[in-house]
Amino acid sequence: MRVPLSWLAEYVELVPGTTPEEVHAALVKVGLEEEDVHTFEISGPVVVGEVLEFVEEPQSNGKTIRWCQVRVAPDGEPAPDGGEAVHGIVCGARNFFVGDKVVVSLPGSELPGPFPISARKTYGHVSDGMIASARELGLGDDHEGILRLATLGIDAPVGTDAIALLGLNDAAVEINVTPDRGYAFSIRGVAREYAHATGARFRDPVEQAVAADGGGSADAFPVTIADDAPIRGRVGSSVFATRIVRGVDPTRPTPAWMVARLKLAGIRSLSLLVDITNYVMLELGQPIHGYDLDRLQGGITVRRAAPGETLVTLDDKERPLHPEDLLITDDRGPIGLAGVMGGADTEMSSSTRNVLIEAANFDPVSIARTARRHKLPSEASRRYERGVDPQIAGPAASRVAQLMVDLAGGTADDGGSFIQAELEREAIHLPRGFVSALIGVEYTEAEVHDALAEVGAVVTETADGFDVVPPSWRPDLTGKAELAEEVARLAGYHRIPSVLPVAPPGRGLTRSQRIRRRVADTLAAAGSTEVLTFPFATEHENAVFGSADGGPVASVRLANALDANTALLRRSLLPGLMAAAKRNLSRGLTDLSIFEQGLVFLPEADRTYGTSFLPVGDAKPSDDDLETLQSAIPPQPRHVGVLITGDAVTKQPGQPAIPAGIVDALDAVRQVALAVGATIDIRQGSHPAMHPGRTAELRVAGRTVGHAGELHPALAAEADLPRVVAVAELDLDAVIGLTEPGIEARPIGTLPAATQDLSLVVDAAVPAAEVADAVRHGAGELLEHLHLVDDYRGAGLPDGAKSLTFALRFRAPDRTLTAAEASEAKLAGAAAAAERFGAKVRE
Amino acid sequence: MSEPIRISETAVATAVDAALAAIASAGDSAALKSVRAEHTGEKSTLAQLNAQLRNVPGEQKATLGKLVGAARGRVNQAFAAREAEILEAEAAARLEAETVDVTALPSRYTPGARHPLALLEDRVCDVFTGMGWEIAEGPEVESEWFNFDALNFDADHPARAMQDTFFVDPPESHLVLRTHTSPVQIRSMLERELPLYVLAPGRVYRTDEFDATHLPVFMQFEGVAVDKGLTMAHLKGTLDHFVKAIFGEEATIRLRPSFFPFTEPSAELDFWHPTFKGGPRWIEWGGCGMMHPNVLKAAGIDPEVYTGFAFGMGIERGLMLRNDVQDMREMVEGDIRFSQQFGMVV
Repeated sequence: MRVPLSWLAEYVELVPGTTPEEVHAALVKVGLEEEDVHTFEISGPVVVGEVLEFVEEPQSNGKTIRWCQVRVAPDGEPAPDGGEAVHGIVCGARNFFVGDKVVVSLPGSELPGPFPISARKTYGHVSDGMIASARELGLGDDHEGILRLATLGIDAPVGTDAIALLGLNDAAVEINVTPDRGYAFSIRGVAREYAHATGARFRDPVEQAVAADGGGSADAFPVTIADDAPIRGRVGSSVFATRIVRGVDPTRPTPAWMVARLKLAGIRSLSLLVDITNYVMLELGQPIHGYDLDRLQGGITVRRAAPGETLVTLDDKERPLHPEDLLITDDRGPIGLAGVMGGADTEMSSSTRNVLIEAANFDPVSIARTARRHKLPSEASRRYERGVDPQIAGPAASRVAQLMVDLAGGTADDGGSFIQAELEREAIHLPRGFVSALIGVEYTEAEVHDALAEVGAVVTETADGFDVVPPSWRPDLTGKAELAEEVARLAGYHRIPSVLPVAPPGRGLTRSQRIRRRVADTLAAAGSTEVLTFPFATEHENAVFGSADGGPVASVRLANALDANTALLRRSLLPGLMAAAKRNLSRGLTDLSIFEQGLVFLPEADRTYGTSFLPVGDAKPSDDDLETLQSAIPPQPRHVGVLITGDAVTKQPGQPAIPAGIVDALDAVRQVALAVGATIDIRQGSHPAMHPGRTAELRVAGRTVGHAGELHPALAAEADLPRVVAVAELDLDAVIGLTEPGIEARPIGTLPAATQDLSLVVDAAVPAAEVADAVRHGAGELLEHLHLVDDYRGAGLPDGAKSLTFALRFRAPDRTLTAAEASEAKLAGAAAAAERFGAKVRE
Repeated sequence: MSEPIRISETAVATAVDAALAAIASAGDSAALKSVRAEHTGEKSTLAQLNAQLRNVPGEQKATLGKLVGAARGRVNQAFAAREAEILEAEAAARLEAETVDVTALPSRYTPGARHPLALLEDRVCDVFTGMGWEIAEGPEVESEWFNFDALNFDADHPARAMQDTFFVDPPESHLVLRTHTSPVQIRSMLERELPLYVLAPGRVYRTDEFDATHLPVFMQFEGVAVDKGLTMAHLKGTLDHFVKAIFGEEATIRLRPSFFPFTEPSAELDFWHPTFKGGPRWIEWGGCGMMHPNVLKAAGIDPEVYTGFAFGMGIERGLMLRNDVQDMREMVEGDIRFSQQFGMVV
């Protein structure tokens, strides 16, 4: 909402010289946040001039200019710029006559743009200023020619300051109006709020409008409200006021002050009749519609649309109507989308003589739905959606009628039609002490009473507090808490003290929260850099990275994605990491290790999610409904993903480069395992997105929790990534969930260890880990540690065989092992491997 | 076999002199080793002289024995001294040879980094767990009931349309990407015991433009407390404590009236930023208020018995204000240089 200060000052005492910044500072205290300041960005001297004579001079470029003599100061007085009283000015426009009063921007002045004016040589003359058009003054879009003051109905003496004359010295504050404060979409509402903030005297513009009302019959114009399908039980229109003004001259100019105020408020001047309706809407917050009375057939009926009906709105678009749309109709059919936009057939035009003024109150929900459905957010719908004062329709219609009489030369019929439903509001009981107890400030009862009275409520004292009937313009005041806010707001939030509440002792982070933090810290400490990527994905990405077989897979799809190509929610972190990797590579960062922790979205293929119903908001749903709501959400576990490419160790003095590969992906998995306290089994695996020979399946407690390895080189190439891209992705929630918390400590053996090597020849296809498992199993408890030190294939071995050498460390808890005991255990291990895999000991 | 050497002072002195000269001239431990073999070994003159003592007549045995013994003692002492000298010199030489340019060594370690938003989120959680609060979480694909209805957003209220919501297809399923962390308020109240002091950080989504100050995917944290006798002063005290923890002791807060469907009274939160790069100033950072009675009712809590407060702030904005990040897009592009500026500390 933009509020011109001159307008504000009509309804609330504004100390002369108050700056827009001061007004902003006052309004923000009561909750109207500052947005901007608007001015005409014009500075003088800009004066009224009179065209004394001109000569038309055709130019070589085909144009004809006028060399004008313009009087800018009364005879014998110097001009405001210090020059002669008559200035010679070159003008390109030719729409004026000798004797016209015009607006002259003198040297030293500045027009919006900024466009500084100085005397300059042009077309063979020194042009000593500029004759301005309405657009050059910032008043409108009319650039047809220069502004002739007569067209605005203005005849002011030569030399008059045109900035003040045209209202261009005004400024507007723009404020952000929160959705509960519909009444602040009016000068009336903002003036009242300014009074609340400053204590300045407020004068309700409605009083002036009511004073202008001629009274009269209640059914001067036939109006019927026939809503047979109220939305959520609320009739579409509760108030409908009309007035008729006859014999208007629609071609009269809109007064300059009105044009200037509308312009500052952000509304373009269109024509006098339309300008008046907009002006009253801004002033009182009541949307107004004006009809050309002679184009109406019969009376008005307010009803819902019938199937198949259409309406050509005043933007000349034919719109199919929805049965929920509330319509204004006459005998022929729809003539307007109530509260949203009028129809083209009955709109006021330059030939309108007789006007029917409509000021109605419509149901906010009905208007909101229609405006959204037809994508027609308008100044009117914005106000109706937030709630318009239902008591103001009559006065607003009268105010429009009065302005049409005053400015357009019409005659108002006595009174108008007026329909008003019962609008009594119930009192809210406010127990004594409630406000203080909620806010934490000891307000006196008088403070509570006075604050509520000041916002316009009727406050009655009762035995244990107050009964409060909120004012008609505050539909948002529906309960005690809302009243408490009014008291706190008017008293000032600065009065609220700062008191730290003592929470009961907490238990710190949960296990999962601690572990997730440690996983990230561990990966970072081990050399990976955390990134955060958007979870939007393509069909292809989810199929390749988020399915078991690379085929189509169920995904969560957005109905209104930012980009139609990425309308799905990710099933895997890897595509996001690949995109981030690509961005880094394109910026010359070629050695990368990045990771992300985040949710993936894994709907199951044969399930539908969501609920067809939504329980009402202000009561706890039934246990069944809550259970349904809870289980209607697709699984969204937290994954951790790692991507490594380029060199894991870069080439340095004495250090050859070590290219990254599956080894690094598996190390990242080990880092995660360490941070979680999990045992992650690594076994040969496969994944549609990964290298068929370089993929590990990761398991915890026998369940697959992810994969690690290298991207399929074809996919890497498709994504413009290097051939070798190591990746790992784990369902972190599963890893944590499958890992039993709690470690049982074992005594640390201090007796000497016996170490021995064992080489076993097995078929090359047998995984080393399984051989190790067999050895471990066979060697028994004396084997403290085992690791693979060599994997040899070639000379001395049969074709298709390999020799695996393990280093074994034996220790007994209670005695020093002899070499014979260690050898015996080793051979038992070898025997187990022989039994399972036909392993032969290689001497 | 040559003539056996006869023991004499001269012979002993000659052998000692020769040994001492050889020891003195040995330049390294290898040379010293061969000198040792030559002058004290089995075939050395001194060893032979010593062996001759067996053949010496009895009355000379003591004198000659002493003579040879003293000679061998001198030589051995000289060996030991020279050996110590050489070992020390050799150790020093080895250390000298092992000297490296510590600025030119390779590194097999590449430092990684946490994302500063995640670090700041951790930090915020720590401040609240330090006050006894607990950390709660919720899903990002959320039911509209938790995201809107339970939070007193009427189905047709303009505030609901203003939230720039991502809807899950089909919209009739009433699932959305949560537009704020506030649904966790409802989940916490339904799941936990009262009194309740909970902080809920996490990712949220709005169909916002993607520019220097807006992201369609961003992070918030939401605080919610429900207890008997909680007032707006407690809200202010909590926030005041929090901004001091994050922005220093001089930081403080002020509240401005505002509107949110789920709080009443509602307030915008400004805080005094004592170390802002352009100079100390008030900065807007989120919304807060006393929980609307309808919100408590949605979770089955009697608003006549309990009151609550809630607040929500954006972590991206916190990071911008605290660490002078100029462009929000840098936070989500994944350029490793962004996170690496912070390392493990924000």
